[in-house]
Amino acid sequence: MKQLKVKIIEHKRIARDFYKIRLRSDSLAKKSKPGQFVEIKCSEGGEVLLRRPLGVHSILNDGIEVLYEVIGKGTESLSVKKKGDLLDIIGPIGRGFELYGKKDPALLVAGGMGVAPLLCLAEKMNRKKIRSYVMIGAKTRSHILCEKEFKRLGCFVMVSTEDGSKGHKGYVTDMMRHLLIVIRCRVSGIYACGPHPMLKAISHMADASGIPCQVSMEERMACGVGVCLGCPVKVNSGGYKMVCKDGPVFDSKEIAW
Amino acid sequence: MVNLETKIGKIRLKNPVMAASGTFGPEYGELMDINKLGAYIAKTITLNARIGNPPPRVCETPSGMLNSIGLENGGLDDFIKNKIPALKGLKIPLIASIAGDDAIEFKALAKALSKVKKIAALEINLSCPNVKHGKRDFLIAQDEEATYEIIDAVRRSTALTVIAKLSPNVADIKRIAKAAEMAGADAVSLINTLVGMAVDIDTKRPVLGNVMGGLSGPAIKPVALRMVREAYNSTKIPVVGIGGIMDYKDAVEFMLCGASAIQVGTANFVNPAASIEIIDGIKSYMAASGIEEIKELIGALKT
Repeated sequence: MKQLKVKIIEHKRIARDFYKIRLRSDSLAKKSKPGQFVEIKCSEGGEVLLRRPLGVHSILNDGIEVLYEVIGKGTESLSVKKKGDLLDIIGPIGRGFELYGKKDPALLVAGGMGVAPLLCLAEKMNRKKIRSYVMIGAKTRSHILCEKEFKRLGCFVMVSTEDGSKGHKGYVTDMMRHLLIVIRCRVSGIYACGPHPMLKAISHMADASGIPCQVSMEERMACGVGVCLGCPVKVNSGGYKMVCKDGPVFDSKEIAW
Repeated sequence: MVNLETKIGKIRLKNPVMAASGTFGPEYGELMDINKLGAYIAKTITLNARIGNPPPRVCETPSGMLNSIGLENGGLDDFIKNKIPALKGLKIPLIASIAGDDAIEFKALAKALSKVKKIAALEINLSCPNVKHGKRDFLIAQDEEATYEIIDAVRRSTALTVIAKLSPNVADIKRIAKAAEMAGADAVSLINTLVGMAVDIDTKRPVLGNVMGGLSGPAIKPVALRMVREAYNSTKIPVVGIGGIMDYKDAVEFMLCGASAIQVGTANFVNPAASIEIIDGIKSYMAASGIEEIKELIGALKT
């Protein structure tokens, strides 16, 4: 973990409120692992104060990419930054994903923006020649992100939308139930990122099927490094763990859903 | 050469900049040199472990943030066994911060911590807005008699420097500061956070899990400056200024209002090197203004 000034190499809007930013940094390229995140200072002065925690989306030879959605004042200020601007970043931070064996394919399940850290994981699996199924769920067709990118990495991609505008009509968890319980497809492990209720459902299904599962959790953060104790998640061993320092990736059995 | 040395009770600080309790930890050692600070204030501990409040515990507000951590900590034994050894590379004064339900708990904490060689001073947290203290429905620092009772109990239990941390959620800070002084506090530090809340209009719920939280950051600085000045004018003990200090200019403002030292809190989250930049900034400011001793700044506000 370092505090860095990094240059924006590319910054583009890839869908309605979704942006992808490419940052030049040898240190982040070398040290980042799938599942880790960075804390970005989105604005100098003004009323936006805290850094925003954003997942590492892709690890390049000379930097990283971050995918984000504009949801408030912080990400709004970030979205107007231009190519060539310098960003104040702390990272990489937190515990990332750990790979299970490669005997069976892995199952990656993303809800909405949950694709962000999972693409980075798929890149690593591609390098390690681990096959993978990828399930992407979103509200509607225009919110399905990274389908092409996953396919380019050789993943078998399945899509669901709540309104049925693309792929299966319903939730990703329906597709997951079909894959694991109805047709009993063998997978080495599940990696999931998305809204809390989705992660909860996935965790229960993983338990019921006896499949190991890692989840990437999200919580409002202040410091991002484990100092302020502002981003707790309740765990089965009693009390709370911090999403920033102990996570953001947890074994799903650790979490008190 | 400018001299930044300042004194709080019996402890000498090589410079007046400390990181505020709960906003700093050994984790920041990876990002900056902790030993450059004037002193290190640990996160508040209680006699027994506390699990803390349910999430969300933090949220940003315009030029500030709310927190309702709820004093999550492992208790006194964990602090002595695990937290202090983790600070073995610390070469600056270590200030422990303590909170409790009643005088008995404060006494027990003060006595036990006085035996720990590494600890130079105690900050008595009378003002955390996110926890309930026993049967009381007010903060200790909201009541003159309660403030007196707790500081008096601590004073009788320790020879260490005692700093009373006060709350801005009061009608008259002068009376509370005076009560702490009369009970034997070596200094007062203020302000802790202002009680506030944030609302989500989509869910129609409070943003924080605990409904209310403590407001910090630049948004509270004007209130803090006013209260530091009032405390400075109404007591003879040193005042430690806290509240939205982001850069050296803010720090100098607090010193002009009477602060002998300052604490940096929320700014650590924004920029872990903020305190170091503040120390360097004060140095340059003094050099440029022909001020040799930091004492010349303290309370030098012209009115």
